[in-house]
Amino acid sequence: MEILLASAVGILTASGVYLILRLRSFPVILGLSLITYAVNVFLFATGRLAVGAPPILNKYAEVAYTDPLPQALVLTAIVISFGMTAVVVMIALGAYLSARHDKIDMTSADEAGDDA
Amino acid sequence: MNHLLIAPVVLPAIVAPFIVMALRHHLQLQRVFSVGSSVLLSIITLALAVQAADGTIQIYELGNWSAPFGIVLVLDRLSAMMITLTALLGLAVALYAIGSGWDTRGRHFHALLQFQLMGILGAFLTGDAFNLFVFFEVLLIASYGLMIHGGGAVRLQAGVQYVVYNLLGSTLFLFALGTLYSVTGTLNMADLAVRVAEMPADDTALLRAGALMLLLVFAIKAAVLPLHFWLPASYANAPLPVAALFAIMTKVGAYSILRIYTLVFGPDVAATAGIVTDWLLPAAMLTLAAGAIGVLGAREIGRLVAFGAIASMGTLLIAISLFTAEAAAAALYYTLHSTLAAALMFLVADQVMERRGGAIVATGPMPQSGLISALFFAGAIAMAGMPPLSGFLGKLLVMDAARDADLVWWIWAVILAGSLITIVGFARAGTEIFWKSHDASISAAPAETSTDADPDPEDAPSGALALVVIFGLVAGLALLTVFAGPVSHYTEATAAQLFDPAAYINAVLGSAK
Repeated sequence: MEILLASAVGILTASGVYLILRLRSFPVILGLSLITYAVNVFLFATGRLAVGAPPILNKYAEVAYTDPLPQALVLTAIVISFGMTAVVVMIALGAYLSARHDKIDMTSADEAGDDA
Repeated sequence: MNHLLIAPVVLPAIVAPFIVMALRHHLQLQRVFSVGSSVLLSIITLALAVQAADGTIQIYELGNWSAPFGIVLVLDRLSAMMITLTALLGLAVALYAIGSGWDTRGRHFHALLQFQLMGILGAFLTGDAFNLFVFFEVLLIASYGLMIHGGGAVRLQAGVQYVVYNLLGSTLFLFALGTLYSVTGTLNMADLAVRVAEMPADDTALLRAGALMLLLVFAIKAAVLPLHFWLPASYANAPLPVAALFAIMTKVGAYSILRIYTLVFGPDVAATAGIVTDWLLPAAMLTLAAGAIGVLGAREIGRLVAFGAIASMGTLLIAISLFTAEAAAAALYYTLHSTLAAALMFLVADQVMERRGGAIVATGPMPQSGLISALFFAGAIAMAGMPPLSGFLGKLLVMDAARDADLVWWIWAVILAGSLITIVGFARAGTEIFWKSHDASISAAPAETSTDADPDPEDAPSGALALVVIFGLVAGLALLTVFAGPVSHYTEATAAQLFDPAAYINAVLGSAK
């Protein structure tokens, strides 16, 4: 399971980085989403992998349990990355509608041009 | 527990949604609440600074959960100094935005400003690494809104770049925190410090990877050289009053470096000793060089000041990366100075933009040319580090603190040459903008390259309040110079506290034992 999870994180990150380097806003946003998936899985794994174990201590019996803190961290990270993705989609949409193209990089003509 | 400690986070967190929900159609009331909140924040943070000045470290346990199980806010001298600076800068920007009419050019300026202040103040106060991430996100998401305030194609494009870059930075932050958690099992900074110090030196590969990844994240925020590309385009295309507020955002990165790498991965920790200085010092020197060259090459006034800000971050990080108490004291003095100086220059640049456009070419005289050029002159002197303003004292302190470093000649050479190039760059820009514009032969052939942002008559040159704010910042720099003695005593005490992490750890974890 460790190999499966580690390679999942690795492949998601690699695909995300590849997509971010595409310099068009749609692939870049997809790439960002993939990387946030990767980081969520990674955070989840930082509490060690345990199958079928609840994140609850039982004071009456010796039971297997899993670390609850990474689950809380992942929850926070998911909420934040979801919100951030919504923001970047809106800003990219605004940029696309006002500039009539969805290139991420700015040409020198844009930078020197009118900032209207 | 002292409940005043949470007020800098809670107050803007209440005022901002109130402005959005109840006052969205009442600009005048928005202004009243925004300024009122900023004034209150300034008073609260000053009160906290007075409380922290005697060296006690106060903690605030959220929900009364004791550390390391709950999140704590920690107020020491460093936090108190940074939150006071932030609140005063926030007040200046709020007043300037009102005076110059920037808050009428888009919606929700004041709400976003309050959210931004909440994020920055929280980041300075928190004692928990994951909570630091959360406050980073709060300040970033507000900065995204402020960055594209007023709209426009180029600004939105620059905004997309800025957002994407910072989202990547946030992801890296999470990777770093995950790595640290998997090794140490905690994210409370004081608890991290204890656990890291206990780790055997031969089994720390993951820990070092996490420490360096964290450094990378803070370096992105602080615009250190190979990671600084986001800054010029974002700051130059953001509304310039917002860029003035962003002058504190790079300091959040510098603060985090100073905090984490003195407290958790301090100079005495065997596992990570030296790795930060080895990377940060050369990068800081290159940052200074790149900033100075950028100042010389800038063709647009927003970009000029943005590169000036990068150069000042270089000087600041040189001092931080030495990791001695003396250098940290110098760095803190320079932080105060460079925040005010960068904000001043961005506001002056905004005045110039409003009157004649941002291009650094002679285009004919502008209204109030003498006044604006005098302010530009004062700001340029401060930013380049010339006497008599505080930039000179700050650079002197930094260079004096570097006296015992291994690379002392390199550091001195880079700082002095960088200052010289910066002076030349600002002098060239000032000559083009203010002097040559009075040349009759040039003013006869007006502006074909003018990049005037808004020819709209509604946005005509701004009123007295904007100029009052600029003069206030100049006065702040002058006060910083006149009271350099007391201020540097305070920063020395702050640095001493910073390099004695035991007190911090005791204050945070003491209640748990």
